Amino acid sequence: MAHILPEGTAAPDFKLRVTPDQWLSLKDLRGKPVILAFYPADWSPVCGDQVTLYNEVLSEFRKHGAELLGISVDGAWCHQAFVRHRRLHFPLLADFHPKGAVAKSYGAYRETDGVCERALFVLDNKGVIFWSYCSPIAVNPGADGILDALERMPRERKNGQAQSSSHAA
Amino acid sequence: MAKLKVPVTQRDHSLGPANAPITLVEYGDYECPHCARAHSIVGALRDHFAGELRFVFRHFPLAQIHPNAQVAAQSAEFAGAHGKFWEMHDGIYENQEQLGFPLLFALAAALGLAEAELREALESSEYEPKVRADFLGGLHSGVNGTPTFFINGERHDGSYEFVALVAAIEAQLHAEAPL
Repeated sequence: MAHILPEGTAAPDFKLRVTPDQWLSLKDLRGKPVILAFYPADWSPVCGDQVTLYNEVLSEFRKHGAELLGISVDGAWCHQAFVRHRRLHFPLLADFHPKGAVAKSYGAYRETDGVCERALFVLDNKGVIFWSYCSPIAVNPGADGILDALERMPRERKNGQAQSSSHAA
Repeated sequence: MAKLKVPVTQRDHSLGPANAPITLVEYGDYECPHCARAHSIVGALRDHFAGELRFVFRHFPLAQIHPNAQVAAQSAEFAGAHGKFWEMHDGIYENQEQLGFPLLFALAAALGLAEAELREALESSEYEPKVRADFLGGLHSGVNGTPTFFINGERHDGSYEFVALVAAIEAQLHAEAPL
């Protein structure tokens, strides 16, 4: 398994395509916690795959003011079709060209298979890795580690942007 | 290894003896085809292990991809409030391809439950908090999709096929046996 960037490391910045005609930079999200979920591929055949699960948990992540970004080596058109099909309410970024370059910078690229690892990073409001975890490729890591990290993160590292739970969807 | 964070209590729906050496907890979704397959596998496991197994079902509706899963879960809770949880649970899984309001009302009627009461319970989301509590407890326990099984509190990461679950349960039974 890859050696992913550990807690305390500054998260490498990146700029990736989020739709066929839009780009997203990590630094644009400074000021709030960010969850990076690297995963192997769109179109996993099971109902309860990782992105489907996270789509159901967004309201819990947003209670902490956190933004979620999914990242795989699939292209932007593929992501767009997948987002529509699964009715995903968070962006999927295309680490497509040069293939896997962002995943490599996080130590989350699986060279043998040419895909991202199932690696999770929770960043604080300054872009520092607060928690990271790499799951065996066949095991969907679930959301408990992310929720636990967001609950443990001190308020000043979230920057008080959390919505009050009564307003969360 | 993910652990079940919410212990089994009286609030849960369970089948089998409370003091059984094995407690199998499933987090499931009524519209998930994998869960419908797992439903018959759980039946076979209960026959196979008989009094050694207690089975608990908790809700984990993936409502964004399964638009009927949430109302189905609330309908099962409504039936449960009238002592008919498992009858409704079985009826939903056995007729999953027709899942929708007409099926839920027909199942309720067949169990002698008033359609108007079920309609009112769904409109007022009376059982939504119970379903949500199951869902959130599952999230914190590392439920990563449906179905997810826990055997004596440990997440089962292997296949949910009969043979795989029997092997995992037997491993636990032997682990629990006194030396």
